Formats: sequence, C-alpha cells, structure tokens
Amino acid sequence: MSTLVYTESSLDPANAVYDYTLPAGDGWMHILKKGQTFRIVDLEGNQAVDTLFYNAHDMSERYSAQDTIREQGGLYLTTGTKLMSSECNVLATIVADTCGRHDTVGGACAAESNQVRYSLDKRWMHSCRDTFLLALSKWGNGVTKCDITHNINFFMNVPVTAEGGLSFEDGVSAGGRYVEVRAEMDIICLISNCPQLNNPCNAYNPTPVRLLIWNPIQ
Amino acid sequence: MKTEINPNDNLLFDTTLPGGGMWSWVVRRHTTLRIIDQEGGANVGLMAYNAHQPLDRLNLPDTLKAQYTAKLTRGHVLMSDMGHVLFSITADTVGWHDPLGGHGNAKMVERKYGSATYQEHRNGWYRNAHDNFLIELGKHGLGKRDLVANVNFFSRLDVNEEGLMHFHPGNSKPGDQIDLRAEMDVLVVLNTCQHPLDPNPAYAPKPIRLELLKTPPAGADDYCRNLRGENQRAFTLTEQLHLGA
Repeated sequence: MSTLVYTESSLDPANAVYDYTLPAGDGWMHILKKGQTFRIVDLEGNQAVDTLFYNAHDMSERYSAQDTIREQGGLYLTTGTKLMSSECNVLATIVADTCGRHDTVGGACAAESNQVRYSLDKRWMHSCRDTFLLALSKWGNGVTKCDITHNINFFMNVPVTAEGGLSFEDGVSAGGRYVEVRAEMDIICLISNCPQLNNPCNAYNPTPVRLLIWNPIQ
Repeated sequence: MKTEINPNDNLLFDTTLPGGGMWSWVVRRHTTLRIIDQEGGANVGLMAYNAHQPLDRLNLPDTLKAQYTAKLTRGHVLMSDMGHVLFSITADTVGWHDPLGGHGNAKMVERKYGSATYQEHRNGWYRNAHDNFLIELGKHGLGKRDLVANVNFFSRLDVNEEGLMHFHPGNSKPGDQIDLRAEMDVLVVLNTCQHPLDPNPAYAPKPIRLELLKTPPAGADDYCRNLRGENQRAFTLTEQLHLGA
C-alpha cells in the first residue's frame, strides 16, 4: 500500500458559515461559491460519501473522474488533487485531507448494480444513484439521470493492482477524519451519503457525515 | 485473457476508418463488431448506449467493480448503469484494453502536437476525441451531458502501487483485434484519436478496420456469461429487457 500523506486544515468550525450533519442514506445538493472551502467529516469512520460536482452556471460541465486521474497522472485523490471537469477545467482543489486517499474509480451504488453485484432480489434496497436521482429531480432546471456521472467516493479505498485487478480494501479512514476542497469556480455539489448494506465499504453500518463551509479569508 | 479470433464467415459489412476518424452505428443484438488494428498502435475511444433508451448507457465504474477488474479483455462485458450487458468481449488478441485514461480535447491536442487547422491542412487537420465524440453523439440527438467515461481499446496504462499511471508502449500489434458481441441493440460511438497519454510527440493516429458479423446469441455455456455470477445476473437482466419482443 502506498504512503498516505495527511494534511491538516487551519480552519475553525466556529467560523464556518454552514454546518450541517447529513444522516446516512440522505442526499445533499448545494452551491459552493468560488473561493469557499468545503469540508466533509467522516464522523464515525469508513463512511463512503459519493460526491459529484458541476459548474454552477452550466451543469453540462461536470466532474470527470477520467480527466481528473489522467491530468494528475495517478488514480487516488488526496491533497493537491485538482478535481477536473468534463472540459478539463478545475472545478475544485483538495486542500486538506486527514484520510490520505479517496477513490474515484468505483462509482456509486445503484438499485440495478446491486442486482448485478449481489442478487436479483436487491432492487428494493436504498442506493446512492436513487438518492442522486431524487436530489436532481427536486433541483429541477431540467437536470436528469444523464447528469449522474462517475463520482468521487470520499473515504473509500479501491486499489488497482499492477495486474489490472480492482479490489475493495478496508477503509483507510476513521472517525473524525476529513477532507476539504476549495471551489475554484462557482460549483454545485451533489452528495449521497452512501446507504450500502451489501458490502463492507461502510462496515455494514452507514453513518452520518458533517458538512461545513467557510468563506474565503478576507 | 488473450485469445485467437473467431472466423469471419458471417460478415455483414466492413469499413475502414483513418486515424483521427469517427464513427457511430446501431449494432444490432446478436451481431458482433470486430475492430482490427491494421498497423499496430491504434487507439479506439468508445462509448455505448442502449439504442432504444440512451439513458441506459455504458458505465465503466459499474463494469469494473462488478468484474473486479481495471482492464478489459475476453470474458469481460461492458455494462450499462441499469445493470444490462451492452457488449460482451468474445475474442481479443491483445489482452489488455484501457478503461481509465479517458480522452483528449482540442486544447490538449494543440498543446501536445501544435496546431493544424482545416483551413491550412484540409482533412489532414488535427482532430480530437472530445469533439469527435460530440459530433457523432449529436447525430443521435445526444450531447455534452451524454458523455460517459470511455474505453480506449488497444491501449494500456500500467498502474503502480502508488496509483501512478504510465502508458504501456507496444500494447497492440499489426492485425490485433477485438470482438464485441452486442447483447441488445447498441448505439456505439467511437473514434481513432491517439490515447491522451500516448507519449509520441507527433500527431500520428492509426487507422482501423471495422467488421460487422452475424453471430449466435450467448448460450447457457457462454464464456462471458459464466465468467462470474455478476455477469450471469447482468445477462438475466438484459434478457428480461427483451421479454415479449
């Protein structure tokens, strides 16, 4: 396993302009203004936070996992990673990370992919892409399922082997660890706080995460 | 797994595509799209959609995690985000195709190769995968919001323990080919621009030959169907899609 680098933030939650605890299984869609810093805290440990970003002024420009990993030359996201759009612009930068590694290859769980991965009778179970669909429907403005692209899984560990294998390893996160991104343009963030109960990505126990936003320091 | 190719005695159609070219087609269920790297070193960027319901579309994260792989070869299937099988890889002489590297755009092509406009170079101008995808998607009423993570057939990226990715030179040889059997009517959109991490400093995209073959449906003992339980269930969901048809 590669070396994990931890970067602490100097921001104080007491100065945050937004502070919300998102329960497991819930969705969250929110605008982040250019220069704002957004922190996700894994309150209890090994919670997968499935996250998408969009250009707030043109949602057809959105987070692109392939462009992000290719432009940085590596698969894992951590401090310094520029989160790239489908047009190769920087949506946001990871500026602090006390987990050390995040996945963007594994995608989000869905009713249908749970059928494929686990059992045909799993379709009824709650899933990230159902959460995404509901949040997008409520957001309106014509956004639909085609706006659900390949997401980031904050706090998830999905290593690729030299032989081209993909594995889902025990998490490298723990209670209280966090990741912070700075918006490099006005962006919309869409989160599904993953409800997956079929695999150990959440230790079979989805838990809440805390979301904080700071304005840029004047 | 690298394998020899199937015979092409049921050829329905064939065409060639120059380097930097693009193509789209509805590949009918139970026909096979064979892609041949004529000179070696080709790259084929490909996206795929259910031709009747394009919201049902290629999803590489679903494809990779269901099959516990970060490369594509014989036995693997390309899955949609709705749990369906779009294509089965029924033959492959290469052994490794890239699902990670994505595709380049106009800015990247200019930065890497310089500028060669249509005005000056006519059809020898420098094309880029992003625009080629948008052009072919547009012919089917699809656009920017329909771009998905693409496969790069014939290319390979090696990933080390730190997660760093390196282009693997010489992955595909002259005459190498891959067979994609459609398990539903699939809208395929592809282009032959260079891989975005191809270290060649020259703009030199390679041509391909495309063949469309009539092939039998996947039987109960089909290799791709039985590669894993996940594949069996995806085939079941795909066959359910065709109930009553």
